[in-house]
Amino acid sequence: MSVAAAFFYLFAGVLVASAFMVIASRNPVHSVLFLILCFVNAAGLFILIGAEFLGLILIVVYVGAVAVLFLFVVMMLDVDFVELRQGFLQYLPIGVLIGVIFLAELVLVVGSWATSSTIATVPAIAEATSHLTNTQQLGRVLYTEYVYFFEAAGMVLLVAMIGAIVLTLRHKPNVKRQNISDQVARTPEQAMEVVKVRPGQGI
Amino acid sequence: MNLLLQDYLPVVIFIGVSLVIGLALLISPFLVAYSNPDPEKLSAYECGFNAFDDARMTFDVRFYLVSILFIIFDLEVAFLFPWAISFGGLGDLGFWSMMIFLGVLTVGFIYEWRKGALEWD
Amino acid sequence: MTWQDTLLKVAIIVGQSLALLVALLVFIAYILLADRKIWAAVQLRRGPNVVGPLGLFQSFADLLKFVLKEPVVPSGANKALFLLAPLVTCVLALAAWVAVPIADGWVIADLNVGILYIFAISSLGVYGIIMAGWASNSKYPFLAALRSAAQMVSYEVSIGFVIITVLMCAGSQNLSRIVEAQDGPLGLLNWYFLPLLPMFVIFFVSALAETNRPPFDLVEAESELVAGFMTEYGSTPYLLFMLGEYVAIMTMCAMGTILFLGGWLSPLPFAPFTWVPGLVWFVLKLCFMFFLFAMAKAMVPRYRYDQLMRLGWKVFLPISLVAVVVVAGVLHFTGTAPR
Repeated sequence: MSVAAAFFYLFAGVLVASAFMVIASRNPVHSVLFLILCFVNAAGLFILIGAEFLGLILIVVYVGAVAVLFLFVVMMLDVDFVELRQGFLQYLPIGVLIGVIFLAELVLVVGSWATSSTIATVPAIAEATSHLTNTQQLGRVLYTEYVYFFEAAGMVLLVAMIGAIVLTLRHKPNVKRQNISDQVARTPEQAMEVVKVRPGQGI
Repeated sequence: MNLLLQDYLPVVIFIGVSLVIGLALLISPFLVAYSNPDPEKLSAYECGFNAFDDARMTFDVRFYLVSILFIIFDLEVAFLFPWAISFGGLGDLGFWSMMIFLGVLTVGFIYEWRKGALEWD
Repeated sequence: MTWQDTLLKVAIIVGQSLALLVALLVFIAYILLADRKIWAAVQLRRGPNVVGPLGLFQSFADLLKFVLKEPVVPSGANKALFLLAPLVTCVLALAAWVAVPIADGWVIADLNVGILYIFAISSLGVYGIIMAGWASNSKYPFLAALRSAAQMVSYEVSIGFVIITVLMCAGSQNLSRIVEAQDGPLGLLNWYFLPLLPMFVIFFVSALAETNRPPFDLVEAESELVAGFMTEYGSTPYLLFMLGEYVAIMTMCAMGTILFLGGWLSPLPFAPFTWVPGLVWFVLKLCFMFFLFAMAKAMVPRYRYDQLMRLGWKVFLPISLVAVVVVAGVLHFTGTAPR
């Protein structure tokens, strides 16, 4: 068995196991940490199939930003774990139903792909660009052929920014803030007042 | 393909070696140094007092907002990476499509600034 | 390939990794001493000079002290996470060095996405801090971890944009290619710090903030939050945090050297300067960058937290964003962008 296959089984196995632990863990903080382990193994799987840019971006964005956000929320909230697990049994039938629907869809997709003779297998990377790195190949097509999807992604990010601010921004009243440019632009007339003091009089 | 993986095998091995070194450093005092636990030593540090209440305090939502803004700008940088190394060969369309993308996100940034989301108390 | 060949290859890589790690750790031991000596010199003091001649064995004495101290795990702490956090910090910081080319061809893993890999590793640096703060179950570490994480995250973005400007000039994410792109007939004047000087400054200051170095060390300073997220730590877990911090500083110095100061290239492109091995030039430039870090610590007063956040979001982010547009525009309209 080649080294690559061994790594595949390692990454895939740890991924499935930690995905299971995410939902089975009692403590939400442990769940998030197992989720991080999932993401790291998924990145490893991406690198194994040659999508190195995507694998590393998964780490930068998912593990480096999104999971940090999850950790912030889970750690900072004072959650009562016992109460949280109370409603488990009443949601079990719906959960099982959704799981069965997902399983059926997966079977349909994989089955039709495996048994069909008309669907082409994934084409190998074209000879003309095989000397380029994965990132360069992405760069060649993303900004020209797929420009509409790219701009749509930009719009989605804009909506996310605005949405986050609309939902969470609360201004506290009575907060004193510094205005650096005002402070630096202060003139001697504003800052000082020269007063002639008679001896024994005071100001 | 194999060439790509040959580049990454050293990464795994290197992380393994540094893990061994880190573990050796971490575990050594448990083996070597004396252990004399005492309730005063083991209680949380609060400048000489006993802890007043639970360490979990109310969450300031500003941290959440900073994280979300970080995710947005991180994604912007992620889109910039492939463009930065290949925009020479993309011509005008490639250049202007990225400028429009940056423009859209700059509009969002100006909105944030004006709304006061970047102010910190 | 037969399994003997694979085993031989793995053994070679293990040997290279050990060599680099040991050299790096010994170098950092002396960097720690240099930091204290430079700080002392600015304050007209001597610094450590008791242990060994001129204090040269100070760091090894410190290591011995840490190993022999009692490791205290606070009673309310989550023991597994408490001990995992320093390990994660140190291992992640060290993991970045696999992609750093210290001389021409001397790199353990010549990754095509080298710069992105190092960027990813520095993004992950925030986890050790959050885990340490939460697992300590105490107010000071908790608050400090939160603030420290928000600080690191704010300056990541400007570092990202600065890296983009360098990538646009170099045309590749491979660190060795980036250094080679700075190789030219003018030697020192071909390096990227000259055309991208504002970016170099922003990179340097953001690196200071990213690694929680003074003047951005509010979350670790003694008069503020005791030792920040490291308050409850002692003995080797604390050593691992300190080591992780200094390895991260070295990684930032190495990135600055490779991106802006020409890596292993000699500043004057003729003999006898080219006879000096590239490794020596790399180490000298690394020392120069660290000297700047150490001087910034000694000279400048501390930033308040809201001033720090203002600097990151309202000053560096707009400037680096505008710089990306300007550099892209110049490269595009003059047609000098690398294909």
